[in-house]
Amino acid sequence: MKHMTEEELIAYREGVAEQPAVVSGHLAVCEECRGELERIEAVLAALDTLPVPEPGADYGRQVWRDIAPRLAEKPGRWWQVWMEPRRLAAAGAVVALIIAAFAVGRITKRGSTGDNVANKEQVRERVLVVAVGGHLGRSEMMLMELSNAGPKDSTQKQVNISAEQRRAEDLLEENRLYRQTAVQEGDAGIASVLDELERVLLDVAHSPEEVTPAQLEAIQNKIAGRGILFKVRVVNKELQQRQEARKPAPAQNESTRREGNKV
Amino acid sequence: MNRMQQSVESTQAIAASDAIAVERTLAGDRDAYRVLVERHSHNVFRLAYRMTRNRHDAEEVVQEAFLRGYQKLGQFAARSNFGTWVYRIAANYAIDRMRQRQKEEARREAPRAEDRDGMENDPLSRVPDGAPTPERLTQSIELRKQMEQALAALSDAERTAFVMRHWEGCGIEEIAGVLKSSSNATKNTVFRAVQKLRRALEPVVETRAQARAMGTES
Repeated sequence: MKHMTEEELIAYREGVAEQPAVVSGHLAVCEECRGELERIEAVLAALDTLPVPEPGADYGRQVWRDIAPRLAEKPGRWWQVWMEPRRLAAAGAVVALIIAAFAVGRITKRGSTGDNVANKEQVRERVLVVAVGGHLGRSEMMLMELSNAGPKDSTQKQVNISAEQRRAEDLLEENRLYRQTAVQEGDAGIASVLDELERVLLDVAHSPEEVTPAQLEAIQNKIAGRGILFKVRVVNKELQQRQEARKPAPAQNESTRREGNKV
Repeated sequence: MNRMQQSVESTQAIAASDAIAVERTLAGDRDAYRVLVERHSHNVFRLAYRMTRNRHDAEEVVQEAFLRGYQKLGQFAARSNFGTWVYRIAANYAIDRMRQRQKEEARREAPRAEDRDGMENDPLSRVPDGAPTPERLTQSIELRKQMEQALAALSDAERTAFVMRHWEGCGIEEIAGVLKSSSNATKNTVFRAVQKLRRALEPVVETRAQARAMGTES
C-alpha cells in the first residue's frame, strides 16, 4: 500500500489538501498513516495551548482613544499612495522612459519619409525593452556587489549591507511596475524573470542592515542558488538583441524601402 | 436555522455594516471609523500577538494597522471585507515589527519579557490534568520555552503562514496576498512551518506523553 506523505498529511490537517477525500479514504484503512497524523496533531495540540492574553473588554475603545488624535481629518484617497516619494521616483522614471521612447519613435518616423510603420505597439515594446534593460542592469550591479561583499578580515564580526538594502528597496518598486507591465504585454519570459528577481530583492530589502559573515554567506548562497544573476544577464542580453534587431541599418533600409515603394 | 447559517449571516451583516462605516468615513465622518476600530481590535490583537509573541509589539501592531487602514481607506473601496483587509495590513506590519525586533535583540541579548513572566502565562498550567507538582511545572516551563523557540526559529513567512492558517483560519489566497506569493508557494510555506515545528517539538511532546502514560507525572 502506498502511504501518504508527510506533506499530504499536514495539508490535510491544515485543510489545504488538494484531494481531502482521497486522504480520508486512505486514513480509514491505514493504521500507519493514522498514527503519523496523530503525531502531527499532538504537536499542533501542544502549540494550541500557548496562551493569547485577553486585552480586556474595553480594548477597542482604548485603541480608538490612542489613535484618534493621530488621524487626519479625512482618510487617504487611492491617488495619495502614488504621491509617496519612492513611488513618485519609480513612476517618474517610467514616465521619462515613455517620453524618451516616444521621442525616439517620432524621430525614427520622420526619418523614414512617410513610413507609418512605427505603430503604438512597437513604441510600447521599445519602452519595455529600454526600461527593463536599464532596470536589469542596475539590479545586476547591485547583486554583483552584494555577492562580492564580505568582511575585511577574519576579525570583522558584522558586515554593513545597508547601501545594498536601500538600493534593493528602490529597485523593488520599479521591479513591480515593470513586472506588471510585462504581464499586461503578455511577455511571460520577462515577467517570470522579474518575478524571481522580485523575490531576491525582497530578501535583500528585508535583511538586517548589519549581518554576520555567516548571514551574508547565506544571502549570497540564496542569490547563487536561484541563479538569478545568470537569468538577469540572459534576459538583458536578449533585450539588447531585440533592440539591435529593431534598429534599422539606415542606408540599406532606405534603399530597400525605396525599392519596395517602386514595386 | 443552524449555527453555521447564523454565523454566515452574522458575518455578512458585519461586512455590510463595515461597508457603510467605510463609506461614511470616506465621506468625512471620522467617528464612523471608530466603529470599525472597536469592532475589529480584538481579532487584530490576537493575530498580532500570535505573530509577534509579545504583548507590547502586538498593541503597537494593532494601532499601526488601524492608522494605516485609515490612511489607505480610499484603496479599500469595493473590496471584499474590511476585517480581512485590516488583518492583512496588520500581518504585513507585524512582519516588519518582527524583523525590527530581531535586529534589536541581536544588538542587546537581554532576557525576553516572556521568560521573566513565564510562569504566569504557562500554557500547561492551564491544562486541568492534576495539581502542578514541581516536576510538572519544570517540564511545562521547558515545553513552553521550546514551543516559543520553535516558533521563533521559523522564518517570518513561515510563522505568518502558520499563524494565519492554523490559528486564524485564513484562506490560502489571503495569506498568499500578505506574503506576496503564489497559492502553491503559500501552501508549501504552511507545510514547511508545520514540518519544522514537528521536528523541533515532537520528541518533547512524546516524552511528556510517555511520562504521563507511565504515571511519573501527576
